[in-house]
Amino acid sequence: MSTLEISDLHVSVETDQGTKHILKGVDLTLEQGSIHAIMGPNGSGKSTLAYTIAGHPKYHVESGSVKLDGEEVLTMTVDARARAGLFLAMQYPVEIPGVTVSNFLRTAKTAIDGEAPALRGWVKEIRESMDALRMDKAFAERNVNEGFSGGEKKRHEILQLELLKPKFAVLDETDSGLDVDALKIVSEGVNRAHSKTGLGVLLITHYTRILRYIHPDFVHVFVDGRVAEEGGPELADRLENEGYDRYLTGTSVG
Amino acid sequence: MTTATPAVSAAAPTDQHGAKAHSDGGWDSNEKGYVPVQTRSARFTSTNPADFAAVTGLEAEWKLSPVALIRPLIDGELDGSPYAYLSTESEGVAVEWIDRTDSRIGSVGSPEEKASANAWASFDKALSVTLTGESSAEVTISRSGLGSTARAGHTVIVAKANSVGTIVLQNSGGALLSENVEVIVEDGARLTLISVQEWDDEGIHLSSQFARVGRDAYLKHIVVSLGGKVVRVNPSVALAGEGADGELFGVYFADAGQHLEQRVYMFHEGAHTKGRVNYKGALNGVGAHTVWVGDVLIGPAASGTDSYEQNRNLVLSEGTRADSIPNLEIQTGDIAGAGHASATGRFDDEHLFYLQARGIPEKEARRLVVLGFLTEVIQKIGKGDLETRLLQAVEAELGRIA
Repeated sequence: MSTLEISDLHVSVETDQGTKHILKGVDLTLEQGSIHAIMGPNGSGKSTLAYTIAGHPKYHVESGSVKLDGEEVLTMTVDARARAGLFLAMQYPVEIPGVTVSNFLRTAKTAIDGEAPALRGWVKEIRESMDALRMDKAFAERNVNEGFSGGEKKRHEILQLELLKPKFAVLDETDSGLDVDALKIVSEGVNRAHSKTGLGVLLITHYTRILRYIHPDFVHVFVDGRVAEEGGPELADRLENEGYDRYLTGTSVG
Repeated sequence: MTTATPAVSAAAPTDQHGAKAHSDGGWDSNEKGYVPVQTRSARFTSTNPADFAAVTGLEAEWKLSPVALIRPLIDGELDGSPYAYLSTESEGVAVEWIDRTDSRIGSVGSPEEKASANAWASFDKALSVTLTGESSAEVTISRSGLGSTARAGHTVIVAKANSVGTIVLQNSGGALLSENVEVIVEDGARLTLISVQEWDDEGIHLSSQFARVGRDAYLKHIVVSLGGKVVRVNPSVALAGEGADGELFGVYFADAGQHLEQRVYMFHEGAHTKGRVNYKGALNGVGAHTVWVGDVLIGPAASGTDSYEQNRNLVLSEGTRADSIPNLEIQTGDIAGAGHASATGRFDDEHLFYLQARGIPEKEARRLVVLGFLTEVIQKIGKGDLETRLLQAVEAELGRIA
């Protein structure tokens, strides 16, 4: 059983207006197999948390730690974090010129496992996952994210989640821009990965809509760079009815 | 930084649609906005270098090239004696030296610039490669001992009617060479011609390659430029016969301080001709410079023509420059299709982050992207051993990236 432990995390970014502090002391502990939803208004630092865990160079950690089973993640390279078992499903996945999906998936799988997957089983596994995500076979030979629609990009992210089998996945607004059919398909994919591999999920979202399909064990409300309130799934229902307004009085929304 | 200059700049009003001053320069005129009324096929040609004005380096055909480095090939005396080469044996292919008075010489090409004319005036004998067999023949002609003497070369390649074959011109070692290559693809022949430039770091090579493709004939022409200080290969292909088919591909990888240039000209002369041009290049390191100029001319008799050309460049570091200039000229209204495209993009930190976030180490990520990008063209070669070797050569280039 793995644990991801975020303690007193402070993070800043450089902007044209100077250094901007975004995360102001985040404490959060995830057990493998549990699903945590992080909800909050725009600009509260949700995505910053996601990208800091993954190691995007734009975000500077001022202090604090992120530990995976006791080991400091923040000193690892981006690829080492992925190999250690962390996964970030991105909100805006970039197009990679010249690299086909099938080549990309095989290279990533080989890097994560430390050895190339057995060909026959691998091909079958990709096909089954793609079928389940209603992705056309032709996807495998297209360049990564090139010309993909918004929904196709998100499905491709979840395809990687299913195939790479991380210990913890951070889903950064995976629901944004999806119609209800695509939302169901993507949610089913996350639920499959969760039940098959005991994945721990940090589900970042602005809306409660996705929580109808992916049921969180815990809900954390993010406001102004820290966790303002925590609770069980009932907290999400309350947010659905009341919105974020009651957290925002007295704080500035940037 | 990178530049791609397919756009046209604002110019003096003119009645002729599309006839505006091109953003790639002021042509040869001092008069601002002057538009020369000249189609691509009407350029001045001569086999006598004295017929060309002195090269200043400001001319449209030279302004993107390091003229100082190639000056000995433009104005200097050239050694035109036969050189040593190695040729693989194959049935249906004959390789021999022929006299410069041979009737095949001059049947396809004529120099459009001074260095090409200098080579033409200087060679003693031409290397002749003749393809006769109707079952696929294959020959590799290797040159590796040209050294640093300024040389002139001339090659005549003839694919006889209905012959089928692949010819590889494999270049390595040192070179200070200006040459002309004439390629005659007779009616119904199918020729694949691959020119591979893997010169050493000081190699300087100018090659004007003129091809004429006959009725229902097919030419696949591939330029692979990886090694050399200055390499400028200019394929000029006339799809002359009705139904002629030309596929012109190129792949190049420029390191720091390397200049790799290709000026590609495809002339749809006959009706129902089909042409495809696809050049892809990677650039890495300060001073890596690539030039691609793609001219397509669809002549008045070329009804039913189908034409497309494109150039793609992948920039891997700061301090590089990729010039990419597609030109398309159409003289008949009755075509099946014609288009062109050019794009120069960076391999940037977001690509790296995405691939690394999936566990792929940085070096492997770069390798994946560059190989994927260039493989599209390399796999057009259709000759497994050469494809494998060239992919390894590209990997070796990548290995030099710190």
